[in-house]
Amino acid sequence: MADIALQRRRRIAPALGTALQIGLPAATLIAMLAVIFWIRPSAMSYFGFGLLFKFAVPLMFAALAQMLVIMLGDIDLSIGSFVGFVTCVTALYLNEAPLLAVTILAAGIAVYAGVGLLIHVRQLPSIIVTLGMSFIWLGAAVTLMPGPGGAAPRWLVAFMSWKPPLVPLPVLIALVTAFVGHLVITRFSYGAVLRGAGANPRAVERAGWSVLTIRCGVYAAAGALACLAGLTLTGLTTSGDPNVAPAYTLLGVGAVILGGGAFTGGIVSPVGTVIGALTLALAGSLLSFLQVPPTWQIGAQGAILFLVLAGRVLFSEHRS
Amino acid sequence: MHALFPAIGEPREGAASSVPLIATRAVAKQYGAVQALVGVDFALAPGEVVGLVGHNGAGKSTLMNVLAGTVQRSSGDFRYDGAEIGAWGAREAQAGGLRCIFQELSLCGNLTATENTRIIHANLRGFGWRRRARALISAALDNIFPGHGIDPDRKVAELAIGERQMVEIARAFTQTSIPVRGVILDEPTSALGHTPTEQLLVHIRKAVAGGIACILITHRLNEILAVSDRVTVMMDGAVVADRPAAGLTRSDLVTMMGSIEAHGGTGRASAPVANGATVIDHAGRDGADRAIRARRGEIIGFAGLDGHGQRERLRAIYAATSTVPVAYVAGDRGTEGVFPLWSIADNLTIRSLKALQRGGFVVPQAARALAEQWAARLKVKAPDVDTPILSLSGGNQQKVLFARALASDAQVVLLDDPMRGVDVGTKQEVYTLLRAEADKGRSFVWYTTEMDELANCDRLYVFREGRAVEEIPGAQIDHARILEASFGGAQTGASDG
Repeated sequence: MADIALQRRRRIAPALGTALQIGLPAATLIAMLAVIFWIRPSAMSYFGFGLLFKFAVPLMFAALAQMLVIMLGDIDLSIGSFVGFVTCVTALYLNEAPLLAVTILAAGIAVYAGVGLLIHVRQLPSIIVTLGMSFIWLGAAVTLMPGPGGAAPRWLVAFMSWKPPLVPLPVLIALVTAFVGHLVITRFSYGAVLRGAGANPRAVERAGWSVLTIRCGVYAAAGALACLAGLTLTGLTTSGDPNVAPAYTLLGVGAVILGGGAFTGGIVSPVGTVIGALTLALAGSLLSFLQVPPTWQIGAQGAILFLVLAGRVLFSEHRS
Repeated sequence: MHALFPAIGEPREGAASSVPLIATRAVAKQYGAVQALVGVDFALAPGEVVGLVGHNGAGKSTLMNVLAGTVQRSSGDFRYDGAEIGAWGAREAQAGGLRCIFQELSLCGNLTATENTRIIHANLRGFGWRRRARALISAALDNIFPGHGIDPDRKVAELAIGERQMVEIARAFTQTSIPVRGVILDEPTSALGHTPTEQLLVHIRKAVAGGIACILITHRLNEILAVSDRVTVMMDGAVVADRPAAGLTRSDLVTMMGSIEAHGGTGRASAPVANGATVIDHAGRDGADRAIRARRGEIIGFAGLDGHGQRERLRAIYAATSTVPVAYVAGDRGTEGVFPLWSIADNLTIRSLKALQRGGFVVPQAARALAEQWAARLKVKAPDVDTPILSLSGGNQQKVLFARALASDAQVVLLDDPMRGVDVGTKQEVYTLLRAEADKGRSFVWYTTEMDELANCDRLYVFREGRAVEEIPGAQIDHARILEASFGGAQTGASDG
C-alpha cells in the first residue's frame, strides 16, 4: 500500500539526521580552525594544535561525565565544583600522601554513586540534588584549600606536557576517549541497556535489569571521569584551586547537547560530545585570535554556543 | 468486528499436562485503599491458551503484572512450574522463560528493534551481539508477521505504532538460552491492523502447539474465541467464571462479564435532525478529498484503515473551528490526554475553567460540583473526585477525558479513537451518553478503528491515503461498504473470512 512508498522516503531521513548530529559540530570545529589558521598560519602545526587544544582535555572528560548523567535523563550541576575539589586534593596530597589522595578520590566516586542511589530511591529531581552537592563540593574544597595553591605531582605535569610522536597529546587523548566512549556507549551490548534505561527505565526494569544498579554505576563512572578531568586540569595548571572549574558544569552540558545529545535521556553520542568539547574549548582561542577584548570573551563564547545549538535545533526540525 | 476469524487449529481440551506452568491461589493486591485484586485463583498449563476478559478495572492488567513480576502481590500463593515462589520479580520471570507484552508499549524508543531485543536477553552480549540480536528479531518478525517490512535497525520511535507493537510481540517470542515457556499478551492487537492481527492469532496457535502457554487479554472477543482453549472472566478484582472456550459464543462472554450484549448501534431514533444548522464545513485538500460537513446533533464517523489521515483531519477541523466552542477527546491518553499529577477533578474541569471563574479566580465549589456531577454521570469508578487520575484504570481515565469534553460548553466534540482498549460495558455507556448529548444538539466527529462503533454514527467518511474518499449515509453503513472504500474497492475479499 501507500505505506511502503512512505517508508522508503522515511528511511533516508534518519541516516541524514545522524550525519547532521555529528556533522554540525564537526563542521563548526573545522570552520573555527580554518579561521584561526587563516589569521595565524603558524598555528597549523604540531605545537599549534597542542596549544590550541591543551585546555580541551579536562573539559572533554567533564563533558563525558555530564554525558553519562544526561544519558540517564538526569543532569549534574555539581561537576564543576567536584572538578575543583579534585584539583585541591591532587595538589595537596597526591605528591606527599598518594594513598590518602587516592582514598579521598575513591570516596568522592563513592559519593557520586550515593547521589545516584539517593536520586533513584527517593525519586528526587537530579537538578536539585546535584545543585546541593555543588555547594558541598565547593565547601569541602575551600576547607581543604581556601585559595589557589599546592603543587601538582611532577609526573602529572610531565604527562600533560608529554609530546608523543606525530600526534599532539590533546588530539591523541581526544581520539582515544572518543573511540573508547563510542565502543562502550554506542557499540557494546551493555551500552544499549544503559541508553534504554535512560529513555524508558520501566521497560528495562521489566526486562529484568536493576535500574538502581545501573544508575549507581553510571553516576560512579561520571565521578571517575570528573576525577580524570580534575587530574588533567591540575597537571596543566600545576596547582589546585576550588574555583578553577565552575564553568565546566554548563560547558559540559553544552558539549553534550552540541554533540547530538538530548535532555530526554537515552540519546547521547560520545564522539559528538568530544567534538563538542573541542569546539567549546576552541571558541575561547578563536576570540583571542580575533582580538576580542577579554571582557567580552565570555559573552561572545555564549553567543557562539547559542548559534551552534540554534543551528542544531533548526536542522533537527527540518528532519521531522 | 472483523467478520469471522478463520478457525485456527481446533481448540483442544485436556491439553494441560499434570504440572501447571502458573498456579495462583488467593492472590490479592492492594494499592492504598484500592483493592485491585481480591483473592484470585488462576492456573495456566503448558500448551494452553487462556483468554482473559473483563471490564476495565476488573484487575486483568494487575494480575498480569503480578504474574510478570513487575508488581508484588500483597498476599496469596504463587507456584511457577510446580515450585512455590516467594519474592517474584521481573528478573525471575525472565529467567523462568515467562514473557509479557504489556498494554502500554515497553520498548525503548531511542533504541532499534535489534537493541531492544538485546535488552530482554541477558546473554546477547560479547562480540557479534548485534548481528545475533538482529537475526533473532528478524526471524521472529518474519515468522509471525510475514511481509511486515520493518527494518530492525531503525529506531523504534521512528516506527508507526502498529509496527512497534509487532516488534514488541515478535521480541517476546525470541529465544536464546532460556526457552520461552509462557507469553502474556495484554491487549496486543489494539494497535494492529487486520492482517497482522490474524497473523498473530495463527502464530499463537502455532506456539502453543510447541508447548508454550499463552494468556491473551483483549476486548475483541472474537479474537478470544478464535484462539483460546479456556476463557477466564474477571470482575472487580476476582475471577468470576472459568470455562472451556469450545461452544462459547460472543454473547455468552458478554453475559459472563456482566454487561449487555452489544447490539448494532444505540437505536437512532429516526433520521437525524436534517434541518439542523451546519456547524462544521471543512473543505478537503483537493478534488478527491471530500469536504467534512456536520450539522447540529449529528454524529459523524471517520472510518478507514488506521493511520490514513483521520487523526490529521480531526486536528485540522479542531484548528479551523472558531464559530462554535469545540473540544477534543484524545485517544492517546498518556501523552496528550491526562495531566498525570492531577486529581480527577482537576483533570475534568480544566476545559471549563472559563465558566468556573469569577474575577480571574476559579470558584472551588463550582468546580467541585461540576466534577462530581460528571464523574457520576459517566460512572467513573473511584472513591472520590480528589483521587489522583493515575490510580484509575485505563478505561476510567478515558471516562474522565470524556467527561472533560462533555462538561464543557463545547458544541462540537472531536473524538480521536478514544475507545482503544476500553471494555464493552464502558463502551455501551458512552455510546448511550453520546447519543443523548447529540439529541440535545451537540455534534460529534468520531474517528474510530473499531467497526462496531461505526454503527452508532449518522454518517461516515471513509479515509484512504490521507483523503476522505467516500461518504456513507447512515442507512447504508455496513461492513462490506466500509471495507470496500477503505481498500479502494479492489481487495475486499481478502479481509472477510
